[in-house]
Amino acid sequence: MAAPLTDNEALFQFLLRMGDNTLILGHRVSEWCGHSPVLEEDIALANTALDLIGQTQMWLGLAGEVQGEEKSADDLAFLRDVWDFRNVLLVEVPNEDFGRTLMRQFLFDAWHSIQLGHLMKSSDERVAAIAAKTSKEVAYHLERSADTVVGLGDGTEESHGYMQAALDYLWPYVGEMFVSDEVDAAMAKAGIAPDPASLRADYDALIGRVLAEATLNIPDSGFAHKGGRNGKMHTEHLGHLLTQMQWLQRAYPGASW
Amino acid sequence: MSQLHEQPSVDQIWEWLDAVPDPEIPVISLVDLGIIRGVDWQEDTLVVAVTPTYSGCPATAIINLDIETALREHGLDKIQLKTQISPPWTTDWMSEKGRAKLEEFGIAPPQAAGGPERCPNCKSTNVTRVSQFGSTPCKAHWRCQDCLEPFDYFKCI
Repeated sequence: MAAPLTDNEALFQFLLRMGDNTLILGHRVSEWCGHSPVLEEDIALANTALDLIGQTQMWLGLAGEVQGEEKSADDLAFLRDVWDFRNVLLVEVPNEDFGRTLMRQFLFDAWHSIQLGHLMKSSDERVAAIAAKTSKEVAYHLERSADTVVGLGDGTEESHGYMQAALDYLWPYVGEMFVSDEVDAAMAKAGIAPDPASLRADYDALIGRVLAEATLNIPDSGFAHKGGRNGKMHTEHLGHLLTQMQWLQRAYPGASW
Repeated sequence: MSQLHEQPSVDQIWEWLDAVPDPEIPVISLVDLGIIRGVDWQEDTLVVAVTPTYSGCPATAIINLDIETALREHGLDKIQLKTQISPPWTTDWMSEKGRAKLEEFGIAPPQAAGGPERCPNCKSTNVTRVSQFGSTPCKAHWRCQDCLEPFDYFKCI
């Protein structure tokens, strides 16, 4: 049996989870830059991606500080391999189409906004400061992704079909955001972060309201794909994403400008 | 630039910083934008606290460079810039002067109601949102229904 986690190791893992979620989703969303269906949406997605990457700098910056091995946010983003990433599987699944991209954004934004609301009251003031800063941006992301999900869900027959298919595909990835483990237990005990399971009721209420307005049906299944936030088993998609995101540091180690 | 023999006052430094334009919206200064959170002498070093607007705003690095360049031109050489994220930046910190200049420039200033009060060009209140996002992270894209001009709205956060 492995040695129990120290408080510092647990905090490091928690910060990686926050920063890897925003990093991987930010990268995924940035893949739309120059490819969106209309210019306004292209700009909106690029701006959302930019916010997420900016938030990553704070979360992974603090993670590096807590780890104490002189690693910067860039080191953690570009020099770790798949098994060291701690993002939920939801954020690494491919964009597929615009509908799935926006549905994934909505399902994540809803969790993210609730999580940050709790983190603003964190006993660790560094965590609370990042949460206070980023929650404003995330409230804006949620407003937009919820509006778009309603607009497309309750839109034409074709757009409705895309959004329902997106929800059906992504639903099994929602459960992982609410699974608790020993890292979460340590964070909850220290008053640093809430127990993920405790956020589920607020989440279900929020997405239930929006998805009903969008005339979409939440699948009747509690099955959850897991393994991202504890690093046990990522999807095959993350490795492909990293080959794109990290290629420069892989090809030219230590390159900077 | 020659070395200064006396430390300039904090008020004097605020005045200098009020002459440094925002790199993206050069009609307003960094002080107008509300991102300079503190100016303090710590012995012989000037410490300037700067808060970012949006987490991912690419102008942040340029802003720090512009502050340092401006202060060096006024003869200061021991300058320390520190990033302060708490309390988080809010558009409430924008100066009245800055708000007026934004509108004059064609950007509707932020409003607590979450949308522009009127078209910055013809002043009509008949305006509609085109997109929640715009040309920079701090702006959204709106359009006037009377003069038909599109315009930027500075988001209220």
